[in-house]
Amino acid sequence: MGFATETLAEIGPGSNSTLAFDVARVREDFPVLQQEVHGKPLTYLDSGASAQKPRAVIDAMREIQETCYANVHRGAYYFSQHLTDRYEGVRKTVAAFLNAASDQEIVFTRNVTEAINLVAHSFGNGFAAGDEVIITEMEHHANIVPWQLLRDRAGITLKVVPIAEDGSLQMEAFEAMLSPRTRLVAMTHTSNVLGTVNPMKNIIRLAHKAGARVLVDGAQSAVHGKVDVRELDADFYAFTGHKLYGPNAIGVLYGKAELLKEMPPFLGGGDMIRSVSFAETTFADPPHRFEAGTPPIVETIGLGAAIDYVNAIGHDAIAAHEAGLLAYATERLQQIEGLTIHGTAKDKAAIVSFSLDGIHPHDIGTIVDREGVAIRVGHHCAQPLMACLGVPATARASFGLYNTPSEVDVLARALEKVKDLFG
Amino acid sequence: MEDALRDLYQEVILDHGKHPRNHRHPPEANRSARGYNPLCGDQVTVYLAADDSGCIQDVAFEGQGCAISIASASMMTEVLRGKTETEARRLFDDFHRLCTENDFTLDQAEAEDREALERLQVLSGVREFPVRVKCATLAWHAMTSALSGGGEATTE
Repeated sequence: MGFATETLAEIGPGSNSTLAFDVARVREDFPVLQQEVHGKPLTYLDSGASAQKPRAVIDAMREIQETCYANVHRGAYYFSQHLTDRYEGVRKTVAAFLNAASDQEIVFTRNVTEAINLVAHSFGNGFAAGDEVIITEMEHHANIVPWQLLRDRAGITLKVVPIAEDGSLQMEAFEAMLSPRTRLVAMTHTSNVLGTVNPMKNIIRLAHKAGARVLVDGAQSAVHGKVDVRELDADFYAFTGHKLYGPNAIGVLYGKAELLKEMPPFLGGGDMIRSVSFAETTFADPPHRFEAGTPPIVETIGLGAAIDYVNAIGHDAIAAHEAGLLAYATERLQQIEGLTIHGTAKDKAAIVSFSLDGIHPHDIGTIVDREGVAIRVGHHCAQPLMACLGVPATARASFGLYNTPSEVDVLARALEKVKDLFG
Repeated sequence: MEDALRDLYQEVILDHGKHPRNHRHPPEANRSARGYNPLCGDQVTVYLAADDSGCIQDVAFEGQGCAISIASASMMTEVLRGKTETEARRLFDDFHRLCTENDFTLDQAEAEDREALERLQVLSGVREFPVRVKCATLAWHAMTSALSGGGEATTE
């Protein structure tokens, strides 16, 4: 299976590799990176939207379907039991990945969006008119709309923490917003547009002091560095597989056991019950209480393989590599006249949003695509943030563990071509 | 620079994109509609001043967007003045085919104003860029929505 397995064998799963990070070898693990687009080598700079998959993940998913596929939690036969063990084994892998106290605190969802909706419906079930939920200006629509829907259902008040010019959170404004009515702070760990990494440990400490719980949207964070939910003291933490080099349609909601235990079900159906009669149904304990219906079995196995892969390379190695890419991309892109970078917070992930004077991001995207460069252009599902920045849209390059400084050069040269074309 | 890109971003398109014609809100406008492209957030509002017989006396737009959507809106305002509602709709049908059908030629056009279609032909480079067809047709969708009584047209 290539690099991941070899490294795993050398250093053991879960440890932080001290081996030199060899990006050329890492790239060999990702078959799609060998592709050409419009006759040019693919330069994939859209991992923030969805990351490419290593062979280890693709193989794990194929292997399941070729050798032992069955439904889980149901069968008395060998395949079903075997796959149930592997499926539940991934729960343990995820728990270790987040340093959760127990695998029973790991709920599988489709994605972060579903995880947030689960919290809004189930944990938010007890919220009443006048209760407050705090979000921020830098949220993805996935962490805005579920709370607006809850506002419409329950009459809660939604408060929005503003951002500073550099794209960092205005912490004083946040502190001032906390009140005895604050039930929940729902906040992104890392902005998908600005790259800003929020000081989550401090935010959680302040929220807890005010008696509020905290849900962290970790979609962009679990990818770039180690997440330790116990060190953070997060009450809920959500991330998704497809940004973590795993498959899509599998996400994770971590919730503290004491909270999950008291929460009503989200979706009803099979697999989430203890017993059902027409008169009365009793529900399973967490996490299964929140997993109605046949889960994404193959995808869950793929997520486990993705976490093994990331662990084998090591968070520190990935973080260091990406910090180098961010520094170089920032420096290189700033040399382009007329280019503005949105988001310059001190603590920042390898995500660079930018504008070119007088040229719409959509045109940038089309032109650099012809150079084989895949970047995201548009509002990034963060229209309120676009309004704050005063732009209709931005272009965004987001980097993953397989990107190289020479790909930054390819992007920079492609952007010069955009400027040439527009004169 | 490759040919497809040069075809898409021709000088006349870049010019209309940078210096759109009829980018204003005419006070006598009696019909309008907003066009919205959810993919990129681009929006334009098209204003029509139509007389009692449905003839378009003035047409203008406001909004922001990419070079393609703004150039298309700008060129649309230039060709629609003086057109009847029926002719305006025919022009959109032909223009849409121009932007999507590789084998479409002006001989197949329904609209009478061939000269207008010849001018609009400069936008047919979007054929090679299917995701950009929505940019080229955004203002046109808004225009037909305005003719039908307003509201919002989306490219979805």
